[in-house]
Amino acid sequence: MSLLEIQNVNAYYEDFQALYDINLKIEEGDIYACIGANGAGKSTLLKTVAGTVIPKDGHILFDGKPIDRMPAHKRVELGIASVPEGRRVFTSLSVHENLLIGAYRNRKGPWTTDAVYELFPLLVPLAKRQASALSGGEQQALAIGRALMANPRLILMDEVSLGLAPVVIKRIYESFDTMLESGCTILVVEQDVQHVLTVASQVACFLEGRIALEGPPSELTSEQITAAYFGV
Amino acid sequence: MDWVNAAVQGILLGGLYALFAVGLSLVFGTMRLVNLAHGDLTVLPAYVALMLVNAFRFNPFYSIPITMVIMFVFGYLLQRGLLNTIVRSGDIPGVIVTFGISIVIQNALLLGFTANSQGLDAGSIENGSIKISDRLAIGWLPLIIFIMAVIVIAALQIYTQRTKMGRAFRAVSDDQDAARLMGINNKHVWAVAMGVALLIAAIGGVMMAIRTTFDPLLGSQRLIYAFEAVIIGGMGSSWGTLMGGVILGLAQTLGAQAFGSAWSILCGHVVFIIILAFRPQGLLAKTVTA
Repeated sequence: MSLLEIQNVNAYYEDFQALYDINLKIEEGDIYACIGANGAGKSTLLKTVAGTVIPKDGHILFDGKPIDRMPAHKRVELGIASVPEGRRVFTSLSVHENLLIGAYRNRKGPWTTDAVYELFPLLVPLAKRQASALSGGEQQALAIGRALMANPRLILMDEVSLGLAPVVIKRIYESFDTMLESGCTILVVEQDVQHVLTVASQVACFLEGRIALEGPPSELTSEQITAAYFGV
Repeated sequence: MDWVNAAVQGILLGGLYALFAVGLSLVFGTMRLVNLAHGDLTVLPAYVALMLVNAFRFNPFYSIPITMVIMFVFGYLLQRGLLNTIVRSGDIPGVIVTFGISIVIQNALLLGFTANSQGLDAGSIENGSIKISDRLAIGWLPLIIFIMAVIVIAALQIYTQRTKMGRAFRAVSDDQDAARLMGINNKHVWAVAMGVALLIAAIGGVMMAIRTTFDPLLGSQRLIYAFEAVIIGGMGSSWGTLMGGVILGLAQTLGAQAFGSAWSILCGHVVFIIILAFRPQGLLAKTVTA
């Protein structure tokens, strides 16, 4: 059974249809990358999984059970954690408190504040600092650590590399290994294709609300990807 | 010495205003809701205590913990049943709905208890005082109220800074959508915040009812004092709210001492306006809203 299965999902923002009949399956242990241009629908897909966008029809199965009408906060309890676009750390809370909020649902698992500090040692000296005082890269590390604190089975990452220095992006992608080892499956949305294709086990290329191309990156040529990305 | 006496009474009065104000500030801080019914929600517990005292014939002090529990539950249900539906729809619906709640509470109390003033009799402590000199005496009751205000604010501070639910209050206040993605049920958190706000309002409301008489229409005046205390002290700062209450209390009693008691309330408002003009963010403002 797939960890996450999306069946015939259509999603709308008011009258605008953002997703057309999306079908995909994510297996446990995958790094599943959704790529595509701005407005292609990849972030919307992530939101339907997180629960902040409710699809008009279609089904979302997590571990075989339908979750498409479940409120966002309950999905965290099942093990779906988010690294939202724009990081969205709690700016008036300290770094350490942000991590503790990540563990709000008390799911059992390997991730504790100590484990997160070990994964991102740069956070250690910042533990007591207010999150608003952090740089973009530090906030992104914090946002990822905060999601891991939920001990997720599936972690949703929206545009993790956006606006970050290449060295920071590299470090973030390196941390994916540790996450996989801890039993996480990763669903990542990216506009920056290069980095993500080096780590992904599956990739889906979104174009105007539909999946234009899908498969393991090793079996896809860069021409195919370019064509699917730009729709030419 | 009269001035010293007025100052002492003003500080103690400020504790009471702070008890009215912290709940208002807590609700605004966690859900950006301007609760226009907050004044009436400090009057309501006085009537709850009155009913308890009439039913059980005990000292009104014993009614305080029971009233606190009742008001917590009432606040939780009010939030979940009604106010949660308008939290995310901007300022205006919140103002209209809470204004409506204010009218409903006032009229329900008028129907149930008439417009006559009521009182709670706590016995000799009501008039007892510590005599410092011939012209300066500190009443036991105002002193107890002030000390309670300090304890309540310290406890609230510890609650919001050190507990899991307190952290959730602050997280939800920072970013509602991100909080949901962390597994926080915003509706529950808001309801607990409203419950805590009314629990504190119950302490202030019943203490005030023991100290003086009360009637169903006192709420709007208390709402204004509570607003002034919060704004003088600065949004988001509990100790600021206590300071704001004390400044307001001092302005009223010193103003009465200087110009006569008819000027007392006006002096409070004037000091408030001066502070608002020169330091609109409040004296101890912690959060700077962009």
